[in-house]
Amino acid sequence: MSAMFEVRDLRVLYGGHPVVEIPRLTIEEEEVLAIIGPNGSGKSTLLRVLALLEKPAEGQVCFKGQPINYKRSLLPYRRRLALVMQHPILRNTSTFENAATGLRFRHLPEREVKRRVSNWLNKLGIAHLDKRNAHTLSGGESQRACLARALSLEPDLLLLDEPFAALDEPSRVSLIDDLQNILNEVSVTTVFVTHDRSEALIFGKKVAVMMGGRIQQLGTPEEVFSKPSNEAVAAFVGADNIISGLVSKAQNGLVSVDAHEREIVAIGSYAVGERLVLCIRPEDVVIEPYSSAAPITSARNKLKGRVVRCTPLGPQYRVVLDCDFPLVSLISKQSFQELSLVERAEVIASFKASGVHIIGKRV
Amino acid sequence: MDLIIDGIVQAFWLVVRGDPDVMRVIYLSLLVSGSATLISLFIGVPLGTLMALSRFRGRGFTLSLVNTGMGMPPVVVGLVVSILLWRSGPLGLLHIMYTPAAMVVAQVIIASPIVTGISMAAIAQLDPRLRMQMLGLGASRWQMLWVLFQEARLPLLTALMAGFGGVISEVGAVMMVGGNIKGQTRVLTTATVLETGRGEFGIAIALGIILLLLAYLVNLTLTHLQQQGRPQQ
Amino acid sequence: MRTIVRLFILGGMLVLALSTIGCASGSKQDTPPPSGPKETGSKEVILATTTSTYDTGLLDMLLPEFQSKTGYLVKPIAVGTGHALAMAARGEADVLLVHAPEDEEEFMRAGNGLDRRLVMHNDFFLVGPPDDPANIKGSRNAAEALAKVEQARAIFISRGDDSGTHKKEKEVWVKSGIKPSGAWYQESGQGMGETLIITSEKRGYTLTDRGTYLALKKSLNLAVLLEKDPILLNIYHVIQVNPAKSPAVNSAGGKALAEYMVAKETQELIGSFGVDKYGEPLFTPDAGKNENELK
Repeated sequence: MSAMFEVRDLRVLYGGHPVVEIPRLTIEEEEVLAIIGPNGSGKSTLLRVLALLEKPAEGQVCFKGQPINYKRSLLPYRRRLALVMQHPILRNTSTFENAATGLRFRHLPEREVKRRVSNWLNKLGIAHLDKRNAHTLSGGESQRACLARALSLEPDLLLLDEPFAALDEPSRVSLIDDLQNILNEVSVTTVFVTHDRSEALIFGKKVAVMMGGRIQQLGTPEEVFSKPSNEAVAAFVGADNIISGLVSKAQNGLVSVDAHEREIVAIGSYAVGERLVLCIRPEDVVIEPYSSAAPITSARNKLKGRVVRCTPLGPQYRVVLDCDFPLVSLISKQSFQELSLVERAEVIASFKASGVHIIGKRV
Repeated sequence: MDLIIDGIVQAFWLVVRGDPDVMRVIYLSLLVSGSATLISLFIGVPLGTLMALSRFRGRGFTLSLVNTGMGMPPVVVGLVVSILLWRSGPLGLLHIMYTPAAMVVAQVIIASPIVTGISMAAIAQLDPRLRMQMLGLGASRWQMLWVLFQEARLPLLTALMAGFGGVISEVGAVMMVGGNIKGQTRVLTTATVLETGRGEFGIAIALGIILLLLAYLVNLTLTHLQQQGRPQQ
Repeated sequence: MRTIVRLFILGGMLVLALSTIGCASGSKQDTPPPSGPKETGSKEVILATTTSTYDTGLLDMLLPEFQSKTGYLVKPIAVGTGHALAMAARGEADVLLVHAPEDEEEFMRAGNGLDRRLVMHNDFFLVGPPDDPANIKGSRNAAEALAKVEQARAIFISRGDDSGTHKKEKEVWVKSGIKPSGAWYQESGQGMGETLIITSEKRGYTLTDRGTYLALKKSLNLAVLLEKDPILLNIYHVIQVNPAKSPAVNSAGGKALAEYMVAKETQELIGSFGVDKYGEPLFTPDAGKNENELK
């Protein structure tokens, strides 16, 4: 695999303030990169830079190893990209003509235009709407038309800017399904911007977490979601349990952290007295009855706590415990029923030492 | 009342018989106002687009000029153009005073601010994200502008209609710079004034009716085009 | 942004191209078919004249004849005599056909004209409501009649546009020793035709030339109440504008038109103009006569 796009020492300024600062970012061929981050984190700006619609104040953008010269026409490069925006922007003409827009810009022969557009309208399930005026389409249909318009270009790089954010839930779910199948089938290099964690998990082969104009973490979804590189990332990607404490013991690659007068064991080598931030994913926290006999699990951490609140969450239950600090656990409905949890009930919360992710020193 | 009925009958016969004087006047009206409108489209649409899409130095000033221009009295335009085109004027060497060309110049000055103002509104009301989306699909700058014009085609047609309507019915400026010379610069409006002055009210009313019909026909055609452009539900 | 500027430039070029075509096609249509003028120089002759010669249709009859004979293209600009003289003094016209002798003489004294020739005359008269509320009918002269209008505070509509007719009206007021002012004395600021219509609608009095009155007579409710006073003579002269005043003046064309106006055949045409329509000629041809002979 070679780099399709490469960005070096990128800085984008708005009113003199940097909104995007990226020392280095590469997008490999056939890779799907999800850029995730809260609103205003600069992710859409980064997408515009990648779409060559915004000139960075500093830095270099390379397309297939070639540095882009902003003094020259960018059209040859832009002709190899396709952008889908959050709001479906369609022209006041038929769905077919809308889907053909980009091909017409490239002056493709009529037969080829017909072939590609029909193919993609079909794949996106809106072939029957081809003669309808695009302004009469529903939100979901409109976004499908926009995707057909972009995909029919067979672009080297597909740029998706929150493509599902403006859709109602049923259209969103069905379109996510369809796009997933399509991306599996055609393997087009894609950059996907979203603020939704689940979308990033579904689509991203790689996830970049962007905050405050910087990429805070870049890795596989597994890496990013289970080992957030810092507290902010953790808070955003959803590790609900973030606990800080002082190292009280350290030996054999294990550290004991004194957090709120409780001891938590984790894997790592840190000096005694250091202040650490710990991340525990809720699904890693197991709940056992207080009176339970010998431990069945190999979890090294067992904390006594009291149930504060139980909330059903689809097939799971989200249980908030008070172990002198709040600890959240996600358990299956079945376990929930077996444990017959009620508020104020005393339980044992247990989790493996390897399930505790140490984010690092808190300054 | 008799006069109006008389005028309608006379208008009918003038057109049916194809009275050469009247035909010439109609032809010249359409030629002068048509080319003036066309030229003001070439001035007004780019200027309006520029003002809608970009913030350049002097935009505020230009905007105030356009707004003033939209309400400018035609006789003032006539006076200024006369002063410029007279033999002793700065553009006297062109020798176009009292020719259809002078009338076109005056009408362009009247119609351009109207076309500019409406074009600006037409382009400004488009979704600003449309530009980015078209560029993001590989449109060249020209292709992007072309899409903008296509999307704004209905209000742009309105600009065309307003410009044409403004000049075909205008009398003060064409009278001053054209001179209402028979067979050369006489158009429907100035002919109507002249025939009224001569007491030929029948012909005056007939000419007025023809003017009305022309304006109506032009607008009908354009409105028809507009309707075709609407999305059918 | 750059693209829009380029679009602009393209638009500008198109405008230029179109206007060139417009001018070209315009002048093509305007060119009369026969042979061009023998003299070198412009074919265009601007004739500044009064509304009265124009509104009556006299020029519509005379000018095509001149154009086909000489190949000149005449642009008759019908304005008030005052305006016509002012235009000519600035060199905006080549030849004048006007009817305000005193002002014309001043125009000649200032060296603005080359040659002033008598062309024709008709007369002014006072018109008013047929029942003549101010009782001016039977007055000894025009000045007395106007004095009666003033005494009766009857509505009088003045042209008020510095035209030949307006100048004549002011001359009569001076003779009557009255400075007209008040609600009864109104200015229309328009041509003779419009002024007659306004007078008729307001049941007022006004001074009019014969030609315009006869042309409009059928749609007016006005009667001729005083005529044939020597002061009311309406004398038309043709004046060739002095080319020394402005290099743009077409002196050859101006001269040709001036000569055409006093030529024998033209004079015959003038003498017969209006007979078919009104049963009497609108103008009396006077070429070669002395102005004083007319009085």
